[in-house]
Amino acid sequence: MTSRDMTTLLLEQVQKATAHNMPVTIEGQGSKRFYGHTAAENTACLQISGHSGVIEYEPGELVIRVRAGTPLADVNQLLSSNRQMLAFEPPDFENRSTMGGVIASGLSGPRRPYAGSARDFVLGVRMITGHGEVLEFGGQVMKNVAGYDVSRLVTGSLGTLGLILDVSLKVLPEPEAEVTLGLPIARQELQSRLRSMQDMFPLSAAAHQDGVLYLRLSGSEAAIQSARQKTGGEETDSGFWQKLNTLACFSSAKELWRISVAPASQIFLKEAEVIDWGGGLRWLVDPGFDPREQLAGEDGHATLVKYAEAKLPAGVELFHPLPPHVLNLHQRLKQQFDPAGVFNPGRMYRAF
Amino acid sequence: MDVDRQGFIRELREICGDNIITDRPRLRVYETDGLTAKRQVPWVVVLPSNISEVQQIARLCDSHRVPLVARGAGTGLSGGATPHAEGVLLSLARFNRILSVDSENMLAKVEPGVTNLAISEHVEHLGLYYAPDPSSQIACSIGGNVAENSGGVHCLKYGLTVHNVRKLKLVSPQGDLYEVGSEAFDSAGYDLLAVLHGSEGMLGIVVEVTVKLLAKPEAVCVVMSGFASVESAATAVGDIIATGILPAGLEMMDKPAIQAAEAFVHAGYPTDAEALLLCELDGIEAELQSQLDILQAVLQKNNALDISVAHSDADRARLWMGRKSAFPAVGRLAPDYFCMDGTIPRKQLARVLGEISELSREFGLPVANVFHAGDGNLHPLILYDANLEGDLEKAEQFGAKILELCIEVGGTITGEHGVGLEKIDQMCVQFSPAELAVFHGVKAAFDPNLILNPGKAVPTLHRCAEFGAMHVHAGQDKFPDLERF
Repeated sequence: MTSRDMTTLLLEQVQKATAHNMPVTIEGQGSKRFYGHTAAENTACLQISGHSGVIEYEPGELVIRVRAGTPLADVNQLLSSNRQMLAFEPPDFENRSTMGGVIASGLSGPRRPYAGSARDFVLGVRMITGHGEVLEFGGQVMKNVAGYDVSRLVTGSLGTLGLILDVSLKVLPEPEAEVTLGLPIARQELQSRLRSMQDMFPLSAAAHQDGVLYLRLSGSEAAIQSARQKTGGEETDSGFWQKLNTLACFSSAKELWRISVAPASQIFLKEAEVIDWGGGLRWLVDPGFDPREQLAGEDGHATLVKYAEAKLPAGVELFHPLPPHVLNLHQRLKQQFDPAGVFNPGRMYRAF
Repeated sequence: MDVDRQGFIRELREICGDNIITDRPRLRVYETDGLTAKRQVPWVVVLPSNISEVQQIARLCDSHRVPLVARGAGTGLSGGATPHAEGVLLSLARFNRILSVDSENMLAKVEPGVTNLAISEHVEHLGLYYAPDPSSQIACSIGGNVAENSGGVHCLKYGLTVHNVRKLKLVSPQGDLYEVGSEAFDSAGYDLLAVLHGSEGMLGIVVEVTVKLLAKPEAVCVVMSGFASVESAATAVGDIIATGILPAGLEMMDKPAIQAAEAFVHAGYPTDAEALLLCELDGIEAELQSQLDILQAVLQKNNALDISVAHSDADRARLWMGRKSAFPAVGRLAPDYFCMDGTIPRKQLARVLGEISELSREFGLPVANVFHAGDGNLHPLILYDANLEGDLEKAEQFGAKILELCIEVGGTITGEHGVGLEKIDQMCVQFSPAELAVFHGVKAAFDPNLILNPGKAVPTLHRCAEFGAMHVHAGQDKFPDLERF
């Protein structure tokens, strides 16, 4: 694994961008170019993939600190060789996602409902804001309430608040054993079936596609055996989760909607191509309608993840529109972190 | 304060009728929170009974630029709810209802004045509970837990408040009602839910909290063991983590804390031990026994003196009772005590405890240590007597030294109690002026007129310059641009 600290160079680039009000697109290996709005044509690219390497990793502390350009695959491999893992199971798109993008997108995999999300495991970040300074928030310890939680605010902000230099993450022990099971279950029976598993502890993923409920059990052999007696089902290919997490199972979709709702919600139960997160995440493929209209009465949100650029009506948002007061808070935070508006403008919402 | 006081109080009365306190004897009830060293009688106390009243109070305060301090149960330990002399103290005591329980989505919607423990008690019949359990859980309110991002003895495995709250309803200082977070597992836009946790009442007034509930584990056991030295207990903690077992709780106490707790609640602690470890394992029956075997082997390898395992509810409760009563138990040893809250990397434990006992000799003040060992969160309790001339100042200086030591070893000044008034000067040590400026920016985004809880949590740059002590970080003066006072 290469290790290189490019802080000084990146700082100069940010200072130059802010001094001349020149917008930049922050990019590692570009594995998430499809996610969010495309940058305007004249936008310069601020490359962070060279800023890479593990700064600190002591398995006994359950903490890893890495530079933003470090490939996710390298981190996964290092952790795995110490029987540890990133428990939020970040997707590795095209096998070239980097840690900066993992945190900036804040995406979590199938383990999310059972282990927590990306932001749940973020302990601290070092970043460059639009004021052109290197700043550190949070740290490498598990509990820290000194100052506002800027590291978690930055997680999932799609690079709009600043450039992440490095991140400290809590890691967890890898489960001793893991098995993926397939159970033939009709969609209409899915929720009652999932509900009966609410207290099933080794459960680490539950998704439904094409009449099959996929379950992943993680834990000790004994725990898995005991849970299997309750679930039934046949052992099946664990590669299912990887395909789902990286959206490979939707490769033929022209338009892909990600709908996040409370697990017991009744919405799009029938229409969803895949239901993940034990019911909480529903994927709509080429629905032919805007699902956001139907979500109006629900506590949830929809993201247009894949789309044909040419078919996108002007002014449409990809992420769920925010209520006025909340949008206003976003704009005011953006103004504070990035007064010149140079970082990934419009990537998340057109207004900032 | 440039405001017509009588007129302002008249307007408050129009909003919340008789639920207003202006007479000094009754105001004194609110003069302090759990940090009793700081006392301040508020100008006026209001106890609104619905959201609309909170909105109107906020709007009134904001338009007159009158400070507004929200308060839950007042059990906080850092002075976050200490009133403002010229301000309104808004008690959320009347917001004490559990609004709904959604067992399908495993969520409960509650008002902010509901106590932490009341939530778990309310859903117990469903086999569910709310995981974060600060030691003050019988009294502390969930709104206060959000404000401080409270932890507890189980947060190594189950996380802090921020990991267990799905959604908040808030009133902004301008009186707008809005929601952040969602009943879904994530929400659109920035993670405002995370920023609001631990924001110490500086950004908004929480009026409704949706918490995540968990299914009660099938099996639980608590293992207690004594050690002949703090070092061997600390090594055992590291070794336990290294096995790959994630304990539900992993707590340590030193000899003074063990003895105080034992004398107070008779938990059956070994009073001759230098250190005591409490390790809780939970999960499914089939898994627990093998984990227990591994744990006991680790403890024996580290020369644990006596190991006992509690399985029954009553036995486990007894062992935890000693730990959860450690603060009041230590409180019996001296007229006053100061509770510190630094967090450090676990590997630094032996060094930090060693230096704390040296400082204890230096300052001539005894100290007892209670420690969330699993996640590196220390609670040194400094014993002093406020009636002795200079004792409080000595205790404060001792505490400040401990916090600076925590920063030095790569930790933080507060793990779960918050900055409040108590640690505001140490914020200048932990953060650079540019970092503090970002915090002020966050504050301004939520509270442009700076009326919420002024003077807490984030120091002004001038305060840091005045605090002086010439904080040198990585060989550089932190405030080269500021005049010295």
